[in-house]
Amino acid sequence: MKFLDNLTFGQYVPSESPIHHLDPRCKIACVLVLLTSIFMVRHTTSFIGWGLLLLVVTSFSRLPLRLVVKTAKPVLILALFTASIHIFFTKGTPVFSLGIITVTREGLRMAAFTALRLLFLVLFASFLTLTTKPMELADGLERLFSPLTRFGFPAHELAMMMTIALRFIPTLLDETDRIMKAQLARGAYFDKGSLWKRLKAFLPVLIPLFIIVFQRAEDLSTAMEARCYRGGKGRTRMHPLTWRTSDTIALLGLSLVTALLLIADRTLLP
Amino acid sequence: MPSHTVCELRDVSFTYPGAAAERGTKVRPALSGITLSIKDGEWVALLGSNGSGKSTLAKHMNALLVPTQGDCIVYGMSTSDADHVPAIRNAVAMVFQNPENQIVGTTVEEDTAFGPENQGLPPGDIARRVNDALAATGLREKRQSPVYTLSGGEKQRLAVAGALALDSSCLVLDEPTAMLDPQGRAQLLAVLAELHRGGKTLVSITHRLEEIIHCDRAIVLVRGTVAWEGAVPELFQSTEALREWGIFIPPLAALWKDLHARGITPLPSVPSLPEMVQALCP
Ligand SMILES: Nc1ncnc2c1ncn2[C@@H]1O[C@H](COP(=O)(O)OP(=O)(O)O)[C@@H](O)[C@H]1O
Ligand SMILES: [Mg+2]
Repeated sequence: MKFLDNLTFGQYVPSESPIHHLDPRCKIACVLVLLTSIFMVRHTTSFIGWGLLLLVVTSFSRLPLRLVVKTAKPVLILALFTASIHIFFTKGTPVFSLGIITVTREGLRMAAFTALRLLFLVLFASFLTLTTKPMELADGLERLFSPLTRFGFPAHELAMMMTIALRFIPTLLDETDRIMKAQLARGAYFDKGSLWKRLKAFLPVLIPLFIIVFQRAEDLSTAMEARCYRGGKGRTRMHPLTWRTSDTIALLGLSLVTALLLIADRTLLP
Repeated sequence: MPSHTVCELRDVSFTYPGAAAERGTKVRPALSGITLSIKDGEWVALLGSNGSGKSTLAKHMNALLVPTQGDCIVYGMSTSDADHVPAIRNAVAMVFQNPENQIVGTTVEEDTAFGPENQGLPPGDIARRVNDALAATGLREKRQSPVYTLSGGEKQRLAVAGALALDSSCLVLDEPTAMLDPQGRAQLLAVLAELHRGGKTLVSITHRLEEIIHCDRAIVLVRGTVAWEGAVPELFQSTEALREWGIFIPPLAALWKDLHARGITPLPSVPSLPEMVQALCP
């Protein structure tokens, strides 16, 4: 059994879809448009429209809906938690009471609203990592932030750090798994006892992990030097980013749709 | 064609800067008084037990470390001169022991492209280098695969592909077979033999004698000094010395040596397994 298998990230899923082929800068811009728009939504019923948009985007991405929904699973708990706070602490017209707890109509509405908003934020944001190779994403961010390098902003360095972090996540998960198994074999328990006990059981996992990480970092920097890495200066790319007409169309189209959804939210709904 | 010198070490000594910390103890240099040269097109094996200084020596060949004493000259350029370092790194590529710690890209293609991208080549040239390197290492089908899906042997071959993509004239490999099973080891050695035929200068570091059968020359390091240098067949004869140097003698070589000592000489030098079988049971 692998302990960390159930940790799912919004990791890249290869496919030949139109969304996969968009410029990463376009996709980053689209996600920003989506996230700000979702924050501006006022009515719970509006999320029906956003749900339809999500289905359209999913079908364009040619990813199974199941996979997209799965990436939102980790935030489901967070969504339920915030929702329950709203259910119990919003005053208004009572619907029913259980002892001292009174559930109100306003409370239910607020709970549904915040939970849905959080879910849609995560679902739309996950398309970025699901359809964009990490390296492309780093490239896109590097290019978007490159105007700031004049003011000393380390755009290339941050992009490289991000790439390396993404490259090593699976490796370090494997490593953690290995160390945990070694500790288990020596009688450690990670799933029994109080929270404090469990945290304490984790310490002997973290220490070797840190040592391994530092050793890896040192080896990797040596290897990068040997592979002629001298920072971002003078570095070229095998697949340079190219902004195509399709990117302009996608960004404009999406902006138009979100604008319409927002207008509907403000005008059509009470 | 005159044979040019790829790399020349003149009385090189090296001490790790951090090593002095141990209180009172005398610091033993990792390398001391090493003089050797590697010629164009040669395949040199660098042997030695653990901690004998093989990796330290390898890192001198592309200026990852510079001598504390003496000179290391690569293609006529001193590694101590910082202005030469980029040119030296373009000329001598390196494959390290642990493939996991030298793969930078998240997919096979991206990682192979990392070196030529750093060299600032135009996109078309990078693509060509990547194609050639992946073809040479048999990774063409894995081109788009994420690195974490590769097997140990494939990762090792990817590390070699990344170094090949630099298109250097010399390749230094630090125990490239350490993490491989016998089959992966054989595959990698076949790749190296092919590169050697293509005229690339190779320096392969190992502590396995059976891997150096195809090498032209062997250098044995013992505690940071050159203990022996010469042709590979001669090395196989000196069984006692090898044992003393902490180098494991493969059974086939030991058998050949024993047969030799009893006057049974089916073959002039240590053969490969099929050759030996053929010679003994014709
Ligand atoms: N980064 C380092 N700092 C200090 N000492 C080191 C370092 N790397 C290696 N050494 C020491 O240098 C000697 C040679 O090591 P190395 O070149 O790695 O040997 P080999 O590759 O033959 O196993 C060893 O005694 C080792 O302990
Ligand atoms: Mg070593």
